[in-house]
Amino acid sequence: MTDQITTDPSKPAQRMRAGSMSLTVGPWIVAAVALMLMPYIFTSNSALTIMNQMWITVVFALAYNMLLGQGGMLSFGHAVYAGVGGFACMHIMNNSDLFASFPLPVLPIFGGLFGMGLAMIVGAFSTRSAGTVFAMISLGVGELIAACSVIIVAFFGGEEGVSGDRTYAMPFFGNEFLQQIDVYYLTSFWVLLSAILMYLWSRTPVGRMANAVRDNPERAEFLGYSARWVRFYSFVASGFFAGVAGGLFAINYEILTEENLNTASSGVILLVTFLGGVGFFFGPIIGAIVFTLVQTVLSLQTELWAFYAGSLFLATVMFFPGGLAGLMMMHVPVFRLGKMKMLLLPYAKTLIPAAIGILGLCCLVEMTFHYRHAATGDHEMTLFWTTFDSHTLMPWIIAAAITAVGLGIAKMTAPALKEAWDEANTAGGTS
Amino acid sequence: MELILVNIIDGLVTGLLLFMLSAGLTLIFSMMGVLNFAHASFYMLGAYFAYQISIALGFWMGLLIAPLIVGVLGAGVERYGLRRVHQYGHVPELIFTFGLALLIEELVQFIWGKNQMPYNVPEVLNFTAFSIAGNSIPAFKIFMIFISIGIFIGLLYILTKTRVGMIIQAALSYPRTVEALGHNVPLIFMGVFGVGTALAGVAGVIAGPVLGTFPGMAFVLGSIVFVTIVIGGLGSLWGALVASLLIGWMTTFAKSYNIRMSDILNGIGISTPENLDDNIFRDFWTVTSPQIADILPYILMVLILIFRPAGLFGKRES
Repeated sequence: MTDQITTDPSKPAQRMRAGSMSLTVGPWIVAAVALMLMPYIFTSNSALTIMNQMWITVVFALAYNMLLGQGGMLSFGHAVYAGVGGFACMHIMNNSDLFASFPLPVLPIFGGLFGMGLAMIVGAFSTRSAGTVFAMISLGVGELIAACSVIIVAFFGGEEGVSGDRTYAMPFFGNEFLQQIDVYYLTSFWVLLSAILMYLWSRTPVGRMANAVRDNPERAEFLGYSARWVRFYSFVASGFFAGVAGGLFAINYEILTEENLNTASSGVILLVTFLGGVGFFFGPIIGAIVFTLVQTVLSLQTELWAFYAGSLFLATVMFFPGGLAGLMMMHVPVFRLGKMKMLLLPYAKTLIPAAIGILGLCCLVEMTFHYRHAATGDHEMTLFWTTFDSHTLMPWIIAAAITAVGLGIAKMTAPALKEAWDEANTAGGTS
Repeated sequence: MELILVNIIDGLVTGLLLFMLSAGLTLIFSMMGVLNFAHASFYMLGAYFAYQISIALGFWMGLLIAPLIVGVLGAGVERYGLRRVHQYGHVPELIFTFGLALLIEELVQFIWGKNQMPYNVPEVLNFTAFSIAGNSIPAFKIFMIFISIGIFIGLLYILTKTRVGMIIQAALSYPRTVEALGHNVPLIFMGVFGVGTALAGVAGVIAGPVLGTFPGMAFVLGSIVFVTIVIGGLGSLWGALVASLLIGWMTTFAKSYNIRMSDILNGIGISTPENLDDNIFRDFWTVTSPQIADILPYILMVLILIFRPAGLFGKRES
């Protein structure tokens, strides 16, 4: 949805192209090369693990955005489709005769098919309306299936989940996927393939109608399209790709548990997608990368990472409903006008003090947390390479002062930034 | 027979507790058209505030003050959060309340930690009111029933008989007209949001000692509350009451009577397959009613949404 479609109605050829399945090859080749080269830049095993997790989240978030961004349907139980796809893949892995008859890279297709099957059953009644009712049904069905995981032990494996071994598949050109790096390339291949397919889907007439139904279902119905069926197709396609993500998860981790199904993981994927930006196709990709990094890096540093992630999410909803992608795309007109230079200085003046102020605030939060929850007698804490006693007054004064000064300067320079922003977005004038 | 009576009382307590949450939620929904995902979080905040106050001032001051604080917080959320997000549409509003629920849970863990708080039934009410065939009914349960019924009657009286209630009802249906008549509709919305969350706070105060005050308590009850108002019909107060009681009794009875799926299936003429251990439906055959008690409301909701999408008492579909 990045390209603005301005068609001249007098030229039918151009009108056709807007909806046709054209693909700008450039970004995809860049993405493919980047995926190939990543393991040579980040060679450590933990980096590979993080990247695998990242790409799986990318597939899942893109699938989720087919519903939320492109179809306008808010689902609170989407982890179920990924989870069921994953569980199905685990069972195929454990069925050694069947599993030995095809190579491992084919496995996510089965996950996708199972996810799609479940989406067809649920979608049959849940896609009647969008909005709140759809959200409620998705939540109910999600909870229902998550709760079933403890009861239907044969399929969901109860509390310990289902585990398997990916190496029993038919060797793929002699490769048995023993190494993490092999799995990385498998995941990368599937990420690229699913992303391309999902992008093409958004260009098909069905994908275009999904946008129309999102914006104005009544009008779409007057044009002769059944809003319900359009929603159903989006839902089923989304279920398929969520299932693919589940299959990739099964290959990567070789275990699936109740955690893959529950509302918490459905919430995480909503968070990821919205953080990245639902308005653009590449939004969820950014969201998945940023969120996975925040999760892994921040959770090593602090116990409160979920608190920060939650605050970030809420701030995004309140102030930047376009998400990170929306924030980036806001600057495209400025770039086109060639006025990016005018913004650099005001940005530095506002954002650097604001960042320092927010870090100061985080220090205060961390100190409060340490003060309340550290073991008794443990007064030492380390923040930003400084070790101090959290029970004395001095660190509190310093942190509070940093916060106040940083945010104060940011607040003072904000009007100048706004002015510069307006100026930069105006065509012509002195530059 | 006696067991049935005990279960009826237990189910009534659960149902009325659910109703206190769903009443506020359904009012807020019919007002703003948005489901407040954080509603159960305000219930949790109510319990935690009451615990903190009860340490210093005792249970009764907690019952009085905690809902007030929760109500003010709720009004603040409406004024500074929801009203801002409202311009972006319904889906961002839902997402906002969802994020708020996550954040409140983290915040509670941040302040009070992850363990259960020692928030107990007050001494005055810590005795057995009466007993039925050896099953003692604690006085606190009776107290809970009376508080909830009192609140329900009060709410019904205010909404249907007083001038304030009339204006609220008018503002629900024709906000623009009411505004043109000189009433401050945004203020009414804020007030209703505050009262709704305060009700959730009351529920938290009286449920905290019984169900436990821990960071997961919002999550445990949260989705059941949504199920309740969907079953009852979105925006219907009577529907919320009926659905709450239905769910309360359904889960209580399913938990106390051990009905096996195989008994039901045998009863309707399907015989149990031999060598059950190899059968792929073995889990289905061995399911018992206490196992599925907690998911019965969800099954009911899915059925209701398929066969009567407007809910039991709802007037409109969305």
